[in-house]
Amino acid sequence: MSSSNEKPLKKVCIICAKGTIEDVYAALVMTNGAVMEGIEAKLFFTFFGLDAITKKQMKKLKTATIGNPALRMPGNIPFPSLLGVLPGVEAGVSAMMKSQMDKLDIPPVDEFMELITAGGGEIYACKLAMDMFKLKKEDLCEHVSGVLTIGEFYAMAGGENTQIIFT
Amino acid sequence: MAQKEYAGVTVDVNDEGYFTNHLQWTKEIAAAVAKEEGLELTDKHYAILEFLRNRFNSGEALSIRSINKSGIVDVKEFYAMFPGAPLKRSTKIAGIPKPSSCI
Repeated sequence: MSSSNEKPLKKVCIICAKGTIEDVYAALVMTNGAVMEGIEAKLFFTFFGLDAITKKQMKKLKTATIGNPALRMPGNIPFPSLLGVLPGVEAGVSAMMKSQMDKLDIPPVDEFMELITAGGGEIYACKLAMDMFKLKKEDLCEHVSGVLTIGEFYAMAGGENTQIIFT
Repeated sequence: MAQKEYAGVTVDVNDEGYFTNHLQWTKEIAAAVAKEEGLELTDKHYAILEFLRNRFNSGEALSIRSINKSGIVDVKEFYAMFPGAPLKRSTKIAGIPKPSSCI
């Protein structure tokens, strides 16, 4: 329970810099959750996180099958890294993740972003990372409100009871 | 357990104001709860409340995504009709428990 002198959160600015299914969804769930609670929410994608808002990549996000010690097979058996390098394994694991999420009524990335923007949440891309990856505004999905420099991002993060969250 | 009077009827609520017995709910009571929330209910509001209650009665989880399946409004309209935290506010007015879903 919150104590009486705690002030409720008013705004969250969430940054996602990675492009795996779980990194992107953590950011989406947090952003959508804020919007649902009536908290102003801005979601900022940078570096590999840009895959989540790039038309070509957003439907093909994957979970890493190597370098991921928490990944286990059914029956709680550790997932051997050597298996993870085989062709098709990463795609299979990722498909399994997506089907598990679908069972919990977690929407696909584009639909999730639609829910966020429908509720007034805003989604942005990082200018520097866009330049690095040679991406243009046209490469991004329709839910992206704009491309920002870090200065512009901080300018948006003002106000009382605002939090910046780097996932 | 707390009690509250809406439209001349005493109902059981929890400390957040959500009904603990959804059978005590009527349309008149809904209008009174909505008024307390600063909302005026239209036929469309009632249609959504009905949808939420039906979904609750059939044991289905409520999420913001499920509103799109209602056939009554889309998510954007839903946010406009119950401004702020729409799922929390609409379930309160619909006399059903606060949704425990993260989506």
